[in-house]
Amino acid sequence: MNTELSDTTYAKATPAPDRDGAPLLEIRGLKIEGFADEKWNPIIKGVDLTLHRGEVLGLIGESGAGKSTLGLAAMGFARSGVRFAGGSVRFDGMDLLAMPERRRRKLWGTRITYVAQSAAASFNPAHRLIEQTVAAAVREGLKTEAEAIADAKALYAQLQLPEPDRIGDRYPHQVSGGQLQRVMTAMAMSGRPDLIVFDEPTTALDVTTQVEVLMSMRRIVDEFDTAAIYITHDLAVVAQMADRIKVLRYGEEVEEAPTREMLEHPKEAYTRSLWSVRSLRKPAEPSEDVVLSIQGVDAAYGNMVQVLHDISVDLPRGRTVALVGESGSGKSTTAKVVTGLLPPSKGEILFEGEALPPELKQRNKEQLRRIQMIYQMADTAMNPRQTVGEIIGRPLTFYHGLKGQALERRVVELLEQIELDAGFYDRLPGELSGGQKQRICIARALAAEPEIIICDEVTSALDQIVQEGILKLLMRLQKERGISYLFITHDIATVEAISDEIVVMYQGRVVEQGLKDRILSPPHAEYTELLLSSVPEMDPDWLTHLLEERGQDETAAGA
Amino acid sequence: MTDQTESYSAAGEVAQLRTRRSRRERMWIELRKAPPTALLGLGIILIYAFVAIFAPWLAPYGEAEVLAQSYAPWSAEHPLGTDQIGRDILTRLIYGARNTIGIAFITTLLAFAIGVSLGLIAAINRSWLDQVISRGVDVLMAIPSLIFALMLLSIFGSSALSLILIIAVLDSTRVFRLARSVAVGVAVMDYVEAARLRGEGLAWVMRREILPNIMPPLVAEFGLRFCFVFLTIAALSFLGVGIQPPTADWGTMVRETANLIQFARFDLKAGLTPLMPAAAIALLTVAVNFVVDWFLHKTSGLRDEH
Amino acid sequence: MHPVLRTVLQRLALGLLTLFIVSIVIFASVQMLPGDFAEAVLGQAATSETVAAFRRELGLDQPPVIRYFDWVGALAQGDLGTSFSGRASSGVDRSRDVADLVGPRLANTLFLAGMTALIAVPLALFLGITAALKRNSLYDKTVSTATLTTISFPEFFVAYILILLLSTLWPVFPSLADVGRDMPLWDRVYTAALPALTLTLVIVAHMMRMTRAAIINLLASPYIEMARLKGEPPRRVILRHALPNAWAPIAAVIAFNLAYLVVGVVVVEVVFVYPGIGQLMVDAVSSRDIPVVQACALIFAATYILLNLIADIIGIVTNPRLLHAK
Repeated sequence: MNTELSDTTYAKATPAPDRDGAPLLEIRGLKIEGFADEKWNPIIKGVDLTLHRGEVLGLIGESGAGKSTLGLAAMGFARSGVRFAGGSVRFDGMDLLAMPERRRRKLWGTRITYVAQSAAASFNPAHRLIEQTVAAAVREGLKTEAEAIADAKALYAQLQLPEPDRIGDRYPHQVSGGQLQRVMTAMAMSGRPDLIVFDEPTTALDVTTQVEVLMSMRRIVDEFDTAAIYITHDLAVVAQMADRIKVLRYGEEVEEAPTREMLEHPKEAYTRSLWSVRSLRKPAEPSEDVVLSIQGVDAAYGNMVQVLHDISVDLPRGRTVALVGESGSGKSTTAKVVTGLLPPSKGEILFEGEALPPELKQRNKEQLRRIQMIYQMADTAMNPRQTVGEIIGRPLTFYHGLKGQALERRVVELLEQIELDAGFYDRLPGELSGGQKQRICIARALAAEPEIIICDEVTSALDQIVQEGILKLLMRLQKERGISYLFITHDIATVEAISDEIVVMYQGRVVEQGLKDRILSPPHAEYTELLLSSVPEMDPDWLTHLLEERGQDETAAGA
Repeated sequence: MTDQTESYSAAGEVAQLRTRRSRRERMWIELRKAPPTALLGLGIILIYAFVAIFAPWLAPYGEAEVLAQSYAPWSAEHPLGTDQIGRDILTRLIYGARNTIGIAFITTLLAFAIGVSLGLIAAINRSWLDQVISRGVDVLMAIPSLIFALMLLSIFGSSALSLILIIAVLDSTRVFRLARSVAVGVAVMDYVEAARLRGEGLAWVMRREILPNIMPPLVAEFGLRFCFVFLTIAALSFLGVGIQPPTADWGTMVRETANLIQFARFDLKAGLTPLMPAAAIALLTVAVNFVVDWFLHKTSGLRDEH
Repeated sequence: MHPVLRTVLQRLALGLLTLFIVSIVIFASVQMLPGDFAEAVLGQAATSETVAAFRRELGLDQPPVIRYFDWVGALAQGDLGTSFSGRASSGVDRSRDVADLVGPRLANTLFLAGMTALIAVPLALFLGITAALKRNSLYDKTVSTATLTTISFPEFFVAYILILLLSTLWPVFPSLADVGRDMPLWDRVYTAALPALTLTLVIVAHMMRMTRAAIINLLASPYIEMARLKGEPPRRVILRHALPNAWAPIAAVIAFNLAYLVVGVVVVEVVFVYPGIGQLMVDAVSSRDIPVVQACALIFAATYILLNLIADIIGIVTNPRLLHAK
C-alpha cells in the first residue's frame, strides 16, 4: 500500500510550455556520426530540442531513426564508435559538450539519469539492488548512505514493488524483468534528478506487465515533477507518458507538437502512416468448412514441462484464426505441433478430416506442401547465401518439379503477386529491406500452393507502415486463393485488422475462443479482460482512466 | 481494406542497395583496402608457395646430395654453407619448404575433413551421437596435444604417415569443436527449419543451407590450424621424433645445425645458420596470422568499437 | 545443498572422471604396441626365456582389464613402473624405477614453470588490461601487432635468438641450463634464466591477447555502460563494476596459458638441455621407453586437467548468479 501518494495527483497535468522561463535542456543543430564500413556516417543530421522543467517529451521513430543516440546525446554521452560532429547541448545553462567529461560525470546519475531498455542486462550481477540504487546519490554526497537507503525503500514502495523493505537486498537475477525495470526507475530517481532519459523502458516487457510499469513510472515522474525524455517506437505508449511528441526519421525531425494535437491532427504524411495499421479492419466472416482441426492436444518439451494443455482449435477454409497471448502462453508451441516439429503427447491434428502423422519425418511431401509457414524474423528465415530466385524457386522444384524457363517464369509471376518485380530475382536477402524480405518469405510459402499458412508474428519486427502493406497483401492473397491463416501474434491491433476468429491463450491453455466481434466485445473472460485492457490506446487519457478503474480494487500488483 | 490515398510501393522501399560486381572485382576492391600487414602476409605466402612448388628447379643441388666438407662456411658455391654431413643448406631450405609445408598442409586438410564432417553431423543430429562424439573430444582435448602426439609417436614410430595421421586426428578435435558450435548456431536458424519443414533431406540441408554459412569462420580457422599444425610438426621434428632424415625439413635442420650457434663470436654467419630454417618457419606463421587477422576482421564484421 | 557447493562438486567429479578416462586412454595406447615389441626392446640376440620373462613382467599374459587395475593401483602408491632402458638381451637388468627418474626432474620442471609464471602472469595481465582500456590507441596497436608476431614464432626460434644474443655474442647467461640437485636458489635462478625468459616471451603474447579480448568483451556489457551513465569515474567502473565479474574469464585465461606453459617446457627444456620432465619424455620417446613415456604423459595430462579444474572452480565461486541463488 502506498500512503505517500494522494490519488488526485495521478491525472496528467499538462504544463504550460514556458513555465520558468529558461529551458532545462536545449539542443541546437546537433549532428552525430557513427563509424561503420571504415568511414563516419551521419546518424543525427542537425536536430533541435527544447525541454522545460517538469515536462515530458516523447521521442518516437522507427528502428534506425536515431532516437536512442539522441537520448544519450541529451546527457552529453556518445557510445564508443559514435561522435559529436556539430551543434550544442545545453543543460541548465551549461554546455555539456564543451565541458570535460569529469564535470559531466558529476551530473550523470544525480541530475541527469538514464533508464535502459534491458534492465536485466543493465544491472551489475555482482551487487545488490539497493547498493546500485543509492550509489550515485551517496557518491555525490547528496545523502548519507542511511538516508539514501531509507529513501530508496520509500521509492520502491511508491513504485509498488513487493516487499519494498527487503527487495533491495536481492541480486538482479533474483527479480523479474518488470520489477527490475521499476528498481531502475527508483535508481534513476534516487538523486532527485532534473531530467530522466527513458530509453524504450517497456519494449521488452509483456503487455500486462508493461501497463503496470508504465503506471508506476508516470506516477513517480508526476510526483517529483521531473522532466523526462521518453524514447519509444510505440505511439500509444508515448501518448500516455508525454506532454509533447517529437517524431524522428533518418536522424531528422519530422514534426513536433503537443501530444493531443499530434494524435488528432498530425501534419506530416509520415506521422499519419505511423498508426495507419490501426485503420485496417476486416469484418469477421463465419464459416463452418473446417480445413484444419487441432483436437485436444497436450505437448511437452522433453519429458519434463508440459507446455500445452488440451488445446482444441478449428481453422475454417479461407479464414484467419488468430492465436493471441503473451510470451509463454504456448502459441508458438501450438504452431510447432501443427507443423510436426513437436509431436503432441496427447490429441491429434486433423487435416481435411484426416489425421496427420504426429512427426515431421512420417509426413509425406504432399502433406508438407499443404501447410506452409512464415516466420517473425524474415532475416533468419532466408539463407543469406541464396538469391531470391533460388529461395522462391526451391519449393517450385521440390514440390512441383519445375525447371529451367518454366521455373524462372513462375518465380517472376510470384514476385509480381507480392508486388515486387523481376529485378529482384538475383538479389541476396542482405540487399532487401525488412518488408521486402517478409514478402519474399510469403512468396516462398505461396510457391508451394498451400492450403494453410502459419504466420508466426510475421509483422512484429516491422515498422508500422510496412506492417500495413504486409497485412494487406496477406488479405488479398487470402481472397484470391482461399488460403487459411493460423495467425500467431501478441499484438491486438493486428488481430483486429486481420482475423475472423480469435483464440486467447494463457499459460498453455485456451482461455477463450470465438468470432472476433464476440471476443473483442464484453463480457470477457477474466484474462482476456486483463489482456485487452492492458493494450495501450492512442487516447492520452487511457492510462489515467485505467489507473482510476484498476486503482479501485488492486494496488499491489506483482509484475 | 480499401486502398489508401498514399502511393505506397513495396518495391520502392529503401533497401541497402549494392552494386553488383563479379567476384574478381570484389576481391580486387577488398585487396586494395587491405592493411599493409595483410598484403605483406599474402605476398610472403605466395613466395613460399612458389618455392615449394618449384623446389627442384630452384635448388642449386640435390635434396640429400653430400657435396663438401661438413659445416662449410658461407661461400659462393654454398651461399648458406653446408650442414654436419656436408649437404648444401640453401638447397635443403628450399626443399624444406616443400616437405614441411606440404606435410603440414595435408595434415590440416585431413584434420578438417574429419572435424568438419563430424561437427556437422553432431550439430544436426544433436542426440546421442552428438553426445558420444562431444564427450570423446572432451577427453582427447584433456591431454595436451604435443604430449599425446609424443606418446603416440613412441608407440607407432616416427614416419611421415603416422605423423600426418596422429596430428590430423588430434587436431581434428579442435576443428570439430568450432565446426559444431558454428553449425549449431546456423542449424537453429529459421531457414534451416524451413528447409526441414519443406521435407528436404539431411544431405541437402547440410550442403546447401549450413555449409555455405559456416565457411568464413572455417576458412579463418583453417589458417590458424595450419599455423598450429605447422608449428607442432616443426617442434616434433626439432625434437627428433617428427619428419625423419634424410628428408629435408626445417625443424630437423634447426636441431642438426644448432651447435653452430656457439661459433657466432668467431663467425656470425655460422651462428646465424641454425636460425635460417627457424626464421623460415616463423615468417610463414606470421604471414598466415596477419592474413587471418584481416580476414576475421572483414568477415565477422567484428569491429573493436562497439 | 548450496548451489555453489553442488556445482563445485559436480565439476570435481567431472574432473576425476576425465582423469580416469585419460588414464585408460594412455594405458590402452600401449596395448597398440606391435607384438614383437619385447624382442625389439631386448634386442635380436635375446633368448626366448628372457623375452617370455619380460612379457610376463609387462603383464602381457594377463587380460587388459586386470593389467589396467594393477597399473592404476601401483600408480596410487607412487609406483610408476620400471624403465625399459638398461635392459639388455643378456637378461641382466640395470633398469631403474620410473618414479626415481621422474621425481627430481618433475621438481626441476615445476621450478622452471613457476619461475616463468611469476614473471609472465602479472606482466601479461598488465599489458592485456591496459591495452583493453586504451583500445585502438597507438600503444594498443603496437602491443597487439608485436604479440601477434611473437605467437607465430616457434619456441626454439625465440630460444636460439636469445642464446645468440645473450649467451654467445654478449655472454650474460649460460646457454646450458644444467641445474644441479644441490644448487643454491640464486644460482638456480641464474642458470634457468634463459629458458624462463624464452617461455615468458612466448606465453606473455598469448596471455596478453586473451586478457585483452576478455576485458573488451566485459567492458561491452550494458551494465558497464550503465555504470558510466551513472557518472562513475573510470577507476570505479573498472574496480567496482568490471572486476567482480572478471575473475572467471581471467582465471580461464591464466589456466589456459599455464597449461600451455606445461607443454611449452618440452621444447625449451630440450634446447637448453634443462634436466626436466619434458626432456626426459623426449628421450624416452626416442628410445621408445614406454613406461617412462606413459608416466610423463599422465603427469602432463593431470596437470592440464587440474589447472582447468581450478579455473572452472574459480569461475563458479565468483559467479554471483550461483552465489546468490534464487
